[in-house]
Amino acid sequence: MGKLLGILILTLLCICEAAIFRPISDSHRSAALDLFTPKHASFKSLEETYEALRTFEVLGIDQQPDIKAATCKSVVDTLRSPSSALKDLFQALRVNGVLKCELNEETFSGIASRLKDFVKTASSLIDYYYSVGSLVLIKGQTSEVDVHLGGADSVFRAIKALSQSDGRWRYSSNNPESSTFAAGIALESLAGVISLASSEIDHSLISLVKNDISKLLDGAEKYDDGAYYFDQKPVDAHGHQSPLSASSAVVRGITAFATVSDEDLNLPGDKILGLARFFLSVGIPGSAEDLFYQLDALASVENNRVSIPLILSLPAAVLSLTRKDQLKVKVNTVLGSAAPSLSVKLKQIFSSGSKDASIIDQDLKFDPENAVHFLDALPENIDAGSYIFSFEIVLHNPEDKKIYATGGRTKVPISVTGFVKVDHADVAVLDSDLGNVETQKRIDLAGDNTISLSANHLQKLRLSFQLTSPLGHSFKPHQAFLKLIHESKVEHIFVVGNSGIFFEIILDFLGLVEKFFYLSGRYDIQLTVGDAVMENSFFRHLGSIELDLPEAPEKAARPPPQPLDLSARFGPKAEISHIFRAPEKRPPKELSFIFLALVLLPFVGFLVGLLRLQVNLKNFPKASAPATFAILFHLGIAAVLTLYLLFWLKLNLFTTLKALGFLGIFLMFVGHRTLAYLASSSAKLKSA
Amino acid sequence: MGKSSATKDAEALVNSLRSAYTATPTNLKIIDVYVLFAIFTAVIQVYMAIVGSFPFNSFLSGVLSCIGTAVLAVCLRIQVNKENKEFKDLPPERAYADFVLCNLVLHLVIMNFLG
Repeated sequence: MGKLLGILILTLLCICEAAIFRPISDSHRSAALDLFTPKHASFKSLEETYEALRTFEVLGIDQQPDIKAATCKSVVDTLRSPSSALKDLFQALRVNGVLKCELNEETFSGIASRLKDFVKTASSLIDYYYSVGSLVLIKGQTSEVDVHLGGADSVFRAIKALSQSDGRWRYSSNNPESSTFAAGIALESLAGVISLASSEIDHSLISLVKNDISKLLDGAEKYDDGAYYFDQKPVDAHGHQSPLSASSAVVRGITAFATVSDEDLNLPGDKILGLARFFLSVGIPGSAEDLFYQLDALASVENNRVSIPLILSLPAAVLSLTRKDQLKVKVNTVLGSAAPSLSVKLKQIFSSGSKDASIIDQDLKFDPENAVHFLDALPENIDAGSYIFSFEIVLHNPEDKKIYATGGRTKVPISVTGFVKVDHADVAVLDSDLGNVETQKRIDLAGDNTISLSANHLQKLRLSFQLTSPLGHSFKPHQAFLKLIHESKVEHIFVVGNSGIFFEIILDFLGLVEKFFYLSGRYDIQLTVGDAVMENSFFRHLGSIELDLPEAPEKAARPPPQPLDLSARFGPKAEISHIFRAPEKRPPKELSFIFLALVLLPFVGFLVGLLRLQVNLKNFPKASAPATFAILFHLGIAAVLTLYLLFWLKLNLFTTLKALGFLGIFLMFVGHRTLAYLASSSAKLKSA
Repeated sequence: MGKSSATKDAEALVNSLRSAYTATPTNLKIIDVYVLFAIFTAVIQVYMAIVGSFPFNSFLSGVLSCIGTAVLAVCLRIQVNKENKEFKDLPPERAYADFVLCNLVLHLVIMNFLG
């Protein structure tokens, strides 16, 4: 009874999601080298330099010596200059902590005295953070300088006064806004104060801070897969923040505080594990700053005093039954280092889609060479499909339980793929009512042969085949489609249904005539069967069927217009042949010449007639003056005629009229003189 | 019998016309020849128009120029003829000047219409 109840509860608990978290790997290292690229062997600011150097340090990447030289120079300059700001001193000391540049004791003592003054005059959380943090860094870098903090108790109280009841901190007393990031740096500062002057701090204050930490952790948000994180407004008084930066700051603060306080903080281990899972679930961040936050937080979690999370990961989440893959599991710390001696048990297997789980409780064997836990063979009833495997980590050493957090049951999604047997594929054309088979053809779906059938609208098409999973059970794939494509590219898709391992679809053309838009002709048949876990998913062109459908009635729907070939729409259009007015037919050249000759003939006749009449020029004036006028008269007429010729060939009416006006006046004058002379001479002749 | 009386009369008519015509002054004969030349040209053009009258305006202008100049020549003949009582006072040079002027205007119009 109790066991049944336990099983019921366990099955209900399986509703939470499964996910795979992977510890830091080489892909992080290459991402770090890509994201942190210094320009001219130095970064833009000391803060960025610190982020880059710390990231490389966590990942174990060696720094380049030229960066070190250039950076050390700026570090030394900042630390030596008496007018550096508090923030710059802090960043420079942080960088120095990684690079370990050459600095002498005088510099350190000079800075330390300035920092102590800063602590006394600090008013906001940021000032405390920088000043106390710098002193802690100096303490870590040189042992000869006195960094003992006088009045540590008041400093502690001052920082603590900025806390709020929900565990978050304000940046200063005048600013009521609180933020989780501020809580993180406040805890770090408090840890720094304790480490600088541990004997003076009142014990009750430390318990108060412990309460704050508990409240802060209570306010952590949770994802379904077990990751915890701290939400944060995008912009707070310190600049842009994100859940990643806020969670990172809180983790640093909590781990720092846990390190310096000598008593147990009693923090829930699964919250630290959840936070570690959150940082790992980010994967590879896209920006340098996010990568720094992720790695900085994971580095502080790796060796913290509360509980070190152990991450269970799978190198391969897809196993193939055909290749007989083994299930392999790795257990590491967040940065990928080795875990203590432990064993992994496979407790349950849930198959997706069904609520029941099979209880296995099987130990995985350990391969010490590759540090991998593996199963020789998958349990027998694992068929192709998606499953959720539930593992449990069991630590061998009971002391380790206090140090490490395993997280109870870890659920991991696993896909098992296999070869699905497809056989007994038949295509048949049936007569309508009686179901008599008219033509039946067997298809080999693995091969290449195609079939061709013909049917009219009174018949049916039947396609049937069988799908068997690797273990011989029925298998329902995600996709089982039958597609009929007409010559005019109109497509129809049908889903093939199944009962058990038998898949069958019957297309009754009598009912489908309207759906097919009454289009007769050749239809291509294509079959698609596929699934994520099916290793031999296929898309097969089966052949074609000639369909004879009746004529479309008046009101039938037209088939939808097929998408135009884009190149046809935007390509060149057909050449337009313009219809010009056809030039009128001209007579052939010879005819025109004959016409010319014929027309000139009367002129010749005219000249001949003149000769026969014995025309002479006797009356032409002899005297010089009238003679000139006479000649000019004739020339004038010739000029006018030439002008007409030019008018016909080239000129327009206006120019012609202008020229004609001039010529006409001239002609009138000359003509008048000539004719008057002639008239007077003939009058003289008459009278004489 | 010989020729009928109609033919005889026609013959007699033609003979008398011919003999009368030789008496006309040379001036008028020149003008007559000119008129005949113009008429012939017009006839030829009309004859050729049977083949094709493209472009039609050219054909028209050609024909009309011939007809026009023939008409003007006839007017000149009338005015110059000494036996014509109506135009006794008109000096022939004046008539000739009119002839020339009208011809020039006619040809301007023809050239414009010729295209």
